[in-house]
Amino acid sequence: MSPADWSTVRDVAVAVLLVLGCLMSLAAGIGLLRFPDLLSRMHAATKPQVLGLLCLLAAAALAAGQWAWVPVLVLIWILQLLTAPVSAHMVGRAAYRSKHLKEHMLVVDDLADVVRRAEEADAETAPGTETTRALDG
Amino acid sequence: MTIVYWVCGALLALAAGCAIVRIFRGPSLLDRMLATDVLLVIVGSALLVHAVITGSLVNLVFVLVMAIAGFLGSVTVARTVAAREQR
Repeated sequence: MSPADWSTVRDVAVAVLLVLGCLMSLAAGIGLLRFPDLLSRMHAATKPQVLGLLCLLAAAALAAGQWAWVPVLVLIWILQLLTAPVSAHMVGRAAYRSKHLKEHMLVVDDLADVVRRAEEADAETAPGTETTRALDG
Repeated sequence: MTIVYWVCGALLALAAGCAIVRIFRGPSLLDRMLATDVLLVIVGSALLVHAVITGSLVNLVFVLVMAIAGFLGSVTVARTVAAREQR
């Protein structure tokens, strides 16, 4: 193929990646509005953070057309990949602890069993004191 | 390509509007924080789209700052809520 053809292919790829990445943002926005409780909203909110950002970074790399910027783009994505699960874990834990969830919507609740057992153990050692130590671990 | 840029801008604006509505309505502090996090990611996406449009990747530094700032913000708020709940 001639260079002009390759330029067209690149433009189409950039366009598709851009629209896909922006659609992920829109999906997160609609999910934030429509979903009923915090945990399901967290599920929607991760879409633009990982896949949407990957699409847009790939589009930027393709449009720039030079290798010099690729390490910075990879660094941004890896930073996001490392930090998004940590913050999601912290938010989910805080939500469970402050009861910001609809418990009848949960299919499996592994943490409830752990909390109940920890409270029973606490009640045996020191009756009358209620702690949330199980959630700290 | 101009049409693609307009479509991207419209999608991002709509998403940002949804996130802002959730920040207004959000029943709890954590809901607002989550929506703010999404809004920050949308701003980063807009910066990347702008970088593609202008062809210069100078704004990439701000996307990098966005990735770090969002993490610090959400972890701080989550810890505050958890600590307040424990008392």
